[in-house]
Amino acid sequence: MVQSLDRLKESPSQTAGPYVHIGCTPNFSGIEGVFPQDLGTSMLNDGAKGERIRIVGRVFDGVGTALKDAMVEVWQADANGLYPSPQETRGTADPNFTGFGRSAGDMATGEFVFETIKPGNVPFKDGRPQAPHVTLWIVARGINIGLHTRLYFGDEEAANAADPILSRIEHRSRVATLIAPKTMEGEIATYRHDIFLQGEKETIFFDV
Amino acid sequence: MSGGSFYQRDRQWHPRAYDPAYKTSVTRSPQKALIALDNTLSEMTGPVFGHDTLGPLDDDMILNFAKDGEPIGQRIIVHGRVLDEDARPVPGALIEVWQANAGGRYRHKKETYLAPLDPNFGGCGRTISGPDGSYRFRTIKPGPYPWPNGPNDWRPAHIHFSIFGQGFAQRLITQMYFEGDPLIWLCPIVATIPDKAAIERLIAPLDMANTVPMDARAYKFDIVLRGRRSTLFENRMEGN
Ligand SMILES: [Fe+2]
Repeated sequence: MVQSLDRLKESPSQTAGPYVHIGCTPNFSGIEGVFPQDLGTSMLNDGAKGERIRIVGRVFDGVGTALKDAMVEVWQADANGLYPSPQETRGTADPNFTGFGRSAGDMATGEFVFETIKPGNVPFKDGRPQAPHVTLWIVARGINIGLHTRLYFGDEEAANAADPILSRIEHRSRVATLIAPKTMEGEIATYRHDIFLQGEKETIFFDV
Repeated sequence: MSGGSFYQRDRQWHPRAYDPAYKTSVTRSPQKALIALDNTLSEMTGPVFGHDTLGPLDDDMILNFAKDGEPIGQRIIVHGRVLDEDARPVPGALIEVWQANAGGRYRHKKETYLAPLDPNFGGCGRTISGPDGSYRFRTIKPGPYPWPNGPNDWRPAHIHFSIFGQGFAQRLITQMYFEGDPLIWLCPIVATIPDKAAIERLIAPLDMANTVPMDARAYKFDIVLRGRRSTLFENRMEGN
């Protein structure tokens, strides 16, 4: 016998099920008057610094059907690369930007939309800059444990090429699944980022 | 609070992504290996929600949708603590919950179960853990319900939980079950968790000591989020 590590085990995950929107976006799901506003609906106010962008996409299952019962969350740094978190020790993040967004997706198409700003650089643990990126977390019926992935920006070719995480991915053909191409929709830069849960285009998911 | 990267997630302890007995997982489970990502600030930080996020009835599902009376069903209190893997309390954790009503019916457009809606029950609530990691909310005990998977599959009574810790890597959604429910051991969703000891971590015992006599029974449900390394001996950033 040896001493015990006295460590607890993490609570096991369970699927978010088909009705995650009742708990996480009740107003969207038609339950009004309980919470004034769904959490993560708005990521910024007019005072937020940085370039306004839009992130859109859908989540596809292995037979190519877009999920309509998913919930997608995003977490990102502000325009200076700072996170609004007590763990952030490099400076104070923009008080006009929350860094957190949550989308239930469109009821008919499943498309998620985030109105946000382009994040600045966040260092890798050795101090090298990472390319600008947004963390995504995806849950839905049939997903037994939430999926972590990232969005990188298609117009940041040089930064993406030097990124310490992207550059270590063995199967180079899969890197593109993390990079969202830019299009202009009117005045606003829009990054389309479809997520594929399975198949040839399966998105890279991270064990974080 | 500060700290280093999170302890690696034990993927053998968590449910399998692909489990053909839970049919929807067949086309929604990644088939390629997850790629390991050393935690950076993007994973070690996470959104913080202050107590000012909450309204006075957010943690009371008996009253927060009540229209012309209180909901039908067994009145219960669910309470417990949010801890990390080192058994340290996690204060300030946002906990969101949702559930079916006493008859097993969800308030949702796509819900087709024939059990009736309760006009006084919405089925969503939220709270934030206190300085010692403790939380509580009041609700009615949800009923079991049938669901389209096998020809006769029933979900055990359960409450869905969504939890934010201090870092986005701790993000967790799970379900709480009730002590003594025989449906737990028949449920294909529960059975995606391979280890019986892990399943038992999701079963809340009846807690008579915290029961409000003549009013509501209590169930205790502790939640464990990932722990994090001490920063003491971690590699320093270049140039430091
Ligand atoms: Fe459920």
